[in-house]
Amino acid sequence: MKEMFLAIWRYRHFVLSSIENDLRSRFARSKLGATWMILQPLAQVAIYSLVLSRIMTAKLPGIDSPYAYSIYLLAGMAGWSLFNEIVTRSLTVFVENGNMLKKIMFPRTCLPAITLGSAFVNNVLLFLVMIVVFVLLGHKPTIALLWVPLLMLVTAAFSMGLGLLLGILNVFVRDVAQFMNVVLQLWFWVTPIVYMPSIIPPNIHAVMAANPMYWIVTDYQSVLVYGSSPNSSALLVLVLVSLMLLTLSFFLFRKAAPDMADVL
Amino acid sequence: MTKVALRVDNVGKSFREYGTEWRRFGSWFGWRSRRIKDHWVLRNISFAVRKGEAVGIVGQNGAGKSTLLKLITGTLRATEGAVHVSGRIAAILELGMGFNPDLTGRQNATHIAGLLGFSRSDIQSLMPEIEEFAEIGSYFDEPVRTYSSGMQMRVAFSLATAIRPEILIVDEALAVGDAYFVHKCFKRIREFRDAGTTLLIVSHDKSAVQSLCDRAVMLDKGKMVADGTPQEVLDLYNAMIAEKENATVRQLRTEGGAAVTVSGTGEATIERIWLEDRHGNPVQFIGVGDQADLVIRVCAKSGLSRLVIGYMIRDRLGQSIYGTNTFHSEQVIRNVSSGDVFELRACFPMNLGVGSYSVSVALTGTETHLVDNYEWRDLALVFTVANTQRSAFVGTAWLPPKLTLSSDGRPFELDRDGFCNTTSDSVLMQN
Repeated sequence: MKEMFLAIWRYRHFVLSSIENDLRSRFARSKLGATWMILQPLAQVAIYSLVLSRIMTAKLPGIDSPYAYSIYLLAGMAGWSLFNEIVTRSLTVFVENGNMLKKIMFPRTCLPAITLGSAFVNNVLLFLVMIVVFVLLGHKPTIALLWVPLLMLVTAAFSMGLGLLLGILNVFVRDVAQFMNVVLQLWFWVTPIVYMPSIIPPNIHAVMAANPMYWIVTDYQSVLVYGSSPNSSALLVLVLVSLMLLTLSFFLFRKAAPDMADVL
Repeated sequence: MTKVALRVDNVGKSFREYGTEWRRFGSWFGWRSRRIKDHWVLRNISFAVRKGEAVGIVGQNGAGKSTLLKLITGTLRATEGAVHVSGRIAAILELGMGFNPDLTGRQNATHIAGLLGFSRSDIQSLMPEIEEFAEIGSYFDEPVRTYSSGMQMRVAFSLATAIRPEILIVDEALAVGDAYFVHKCFKRIREFRDAGTTLLIVSHDKSAVQSLCDRAVMLDKGKMVADGTPQEVLDLYNAMIAEKENATVRQLRTEGGAAVTVSGTGEATIERIWLEDRHGNPVQFIGVGDQADLVIRVCAKSGLSRLVIGYMIRDRLGQSIYGTNTFHSEQVIRNVSSGDVFELRACFPMNLGVGSYSVSVALTGTETHLVDNYEWRDLALVFTVANTQRSAFVGTAWLPPKLTLSSDGRPFELDRDGFCNTTSDSVLMQN
């Protein structure tokens, strides 16, 4: 475990420049460049707001703003997009870099580190844009914002643990990534992002609570929309689950690493 | 005792067939199933390479060369045995594969240097040298997608060899470059070797292996079949390529201890081969520029529809100097009966430099030795070219020039002694 982190540290220049190139090449040859990074999530929120705000109650209990729904939506999206990006990219990170893994000797753990770093940078940028939008919509940021880094960390740990586990299996059984793409879409809709948990019939609440993303997203919403503290016991359980997933995936990674180059 | 830079210890690599992936997952947790099948691509490979030694690895496609290299660089893990490496390995494998097409050459170079484990300050200080060596001018700051494959290779080679490694692995990738740059690459590779870098060269290009390597190793179907001087191993390799189902390949030892490779079906054989001077006397030594006759006597052992006799003169490194055959001279012998004897007399001036040369002879049915190979014999004859009458010179060819010197546009004559006193060392220094 220790040498894994040491190896990443020794290759930090590679990890950093990969993250940098990742950002750079995403917007290379497009006229608007990095603006797309802001426009894309904004457009998504705008579409959801337009389509759904008529159906959903425009006013949320406990928040007084005509844009209440958009704010609620953005808050949930911030948490979900970090989860979604880390999981989708971890799923294919080994397969996509297969050629490199076969030909060049470098610490394999650099790849998940790059995925994590690059998703983090994107998410922080998205978050900053979101705060600006909040202010423009007249929703003043509160001291509860200080919870956000912790939430991001927990979300990233959970997503990484799950993504890495599935990403390793995907090297050997490629159906995993295909299957997960469907699962993620379903997952998005069973998580209260575009709707309020209150519209769920109470008898399904227990099932909803089994979804870790339910707790992550509602914590983001409490912090960003209502300016209150996250549910600390839920957070603690999440940290434990994430640590378990991470340990499991690191263990699996150790076992699978020698086999990976053989099948890529 | 010289230090060992690389030791390959009874290495084997098997790609396991699990049938179902569940068995593979199970195997990570110690579950052994009898239904896991081993598919060995390399087995029982052992050799050691001393520090500063240059070793060529030859073998046909699928012989296991690239798997062996991957085991050495560490991207694949050996199933059995172990590879011990001392020092940093640089591999010019699949040059430029890590390049991002949207980034410039400089940005890619910085990025890949990180992947090779260089620190950022190393990269900064090396960049001017990388740029200079690549010689692609302003393209260095253009996106890589605008590059030709040759330009990509230039940047990649400059980068991979920016810091002299303890072990350098050179493979087929070098073949993409233009002639000028390939020469430049080989110059750098030679400099590294002279500075103590251990070289591993995998190439189908025989001249590269012959001119750079002290030793060669040959792989065939995952086994190591030869380990010897480049000349011996390449002769065997050549013979293996030509091998037909019913043909035999054997290596004989001459009195001098050199290995002679003979292969072929044996339907025609070389009875005798000798060299004559201009008086018709058989000789082993011959003077530079003297008239010589190379005579090959061939006996047919069975009826043949076609017979082509070819020969190749090689230098002491085994590099081809001159070769031809009776197909190219339109003298194919047809409808040969068993027992027929033919004599081929090649009459030519010995315009070769001082040194030892060998002759390889091929008896075939066509112009190549790959089909109907009756007999192929390397080192069929060894002779020495000596300089007794000509002015001193260096090199493998004798290209006598008329030298004219002038000063301020006025020609002047040097007496002949002036040339004779020039030693080969001083000639070398001018190069």
